Amino acid sequence: MDEATETLERHIPALRRYAWALVRNADAADDLVQDCLERALSRWWLRPRGADLAPWLFTILRNLHVDRHRAGARRGPHVALDEASEPDVAAEQENGLALRDALAALDRLPEDQKSLLLLVGVEDLSYEEAARVLGVPVGTVMSRLSRGRARLRSLLETGRATLLRSVK
Amino acid sequence: MIGDSSPIGDDDLQALVDDRLAPERRRLVEAWLADHPDVTARIAALCADRDALRDRLAAKAAEPIPARLRVAALKAGRRSRLARTALSAAAALTIFAAGAASDRLVVALSPRPAPMPQEASASAEASPALPARADALAGVAEVAHRTFVVEVAHPVEVEAGREAHLMQWLSKRLGRPLAAPDLAPFGWKLMGGRLLTAGTGPAAQLMYEDGAGHRLTVWIAGGEAGRTAFRFRADGATSTFAWIDDGFGFAVTAPLDRDRLLAIAEAVHHRLDRPSSPL
Repeated sequence: MDEATETLERHIPALRRYAWALVRNADAADDLVQDCLERALSRWWLRPRGADLAPWLFTILRNLHVDRHRAGARRGPHVALDEASEPDVAAEQENGLALRDALAALDRLPEDQKSLLLLVGVEDLSYEEAARVLGVPVGTVMSRLSRGRARLRSLLETGRATLLRSVK
Repeated sequence: MIGDSSPIGDDDLQALVDDRLAPERRRLVEAWLADHPDVTARIAALCADRDALRDRLAAKAAEPIPARLRVAALKAGRRSRLARTALSAAAALTIFAAGAASDRLVVALSPRPAPMPQEASASAEASPALPARADALAGVAEVAHRTFVVEVAHPVEVEAGREAHLMQWLSKRLGRPLAAPDLAPFGWKLMGGRLLTAGTGPAAQLMYEDGAGHRLTVWIAGGEAGRTAFRFRADGATSTFAWIDDGFGFAVTAPLDRDRLLAIAEAVHHRLDRPSSPL
């Protein structure tokens, strides 16, 4: 097995996990991972040398996701991917049930907060690495992380998301 | 991350949730928390949320990797795609070479010969043959774009790290002062450039890349005369704007829709179409 194959395959489980948490659809998530891997192969000469490739791969995957999200928003009647699960969640709320599932609550966060909670909290990227993936300063990472966690907490406590989404 | 004696901040608390505090700082934060039971409870809840998220996602990472994501399979697919692209690029070059002798064929190459009103008004067209020349130019630039954007090992001949050398060299070969247009405001960064041939003489291709790895090329070739408006050409996801001015043909090609590319083409045009000043 050559270097690219070996290195990339090591990262596939984490990429699939991140992608799936972002889009919450198994096929769409694997499409995203596939596109990410193909792009990584086509840009293999540009990879950071002598460093962990994970931040680079997460950056590619997230950019693809954000681009697609934007393209979708441009194209049609706007149904953001993040809100795809909204009817269920709304129904659940009307029934007076709080959101109990951390993943369902995560779906209600804006993409940048969602990505940070995943990259830092699940994928174990350092704050500096997460800052590079999102293309923002570390200070911004800290404040978004704090806001994202607070929102997730409030969703899980009260099931109320109305306030949260308006700040996006 | 913060000097030992500084007051406890929200970033300390986040770093505590992530278990990323240096030992001394951690002791300090924990001492502070002892006096703030409400915050302590909150931090515990945030840790629990993080763990819940990890647990909910653990199964996904533990799944066997689907066959279609095997890197060897992706590489094989990529190789055959590259071969196909190379073939179609070669085919297009052949068609173009044949077409160059006949205006009819050249025109047939361009799917949308009529310029949009706002583009047509950009400049007066000197003769009816000129738009066709700009269309042909768009075709050549697009073939060059397709040929080199897929290049893995050598996408450019001279990299942007040696921009001064690159632009000096291209200026000398094309016989006009050239500077690479700054497309950073649009999110495109110069990768470098190469010297090519275009029918009657040398041509330059500058390649740019965005954060997501898409590539944009700017094409400049001499041997033209007259002046045209922007000519648009689209092939699949790839769009090209081409124009002729001041004895040179210009084209901008990228995987963008018409409107987004138009803004960039206008910026390049603005920068390039000043014969007296260096580009």
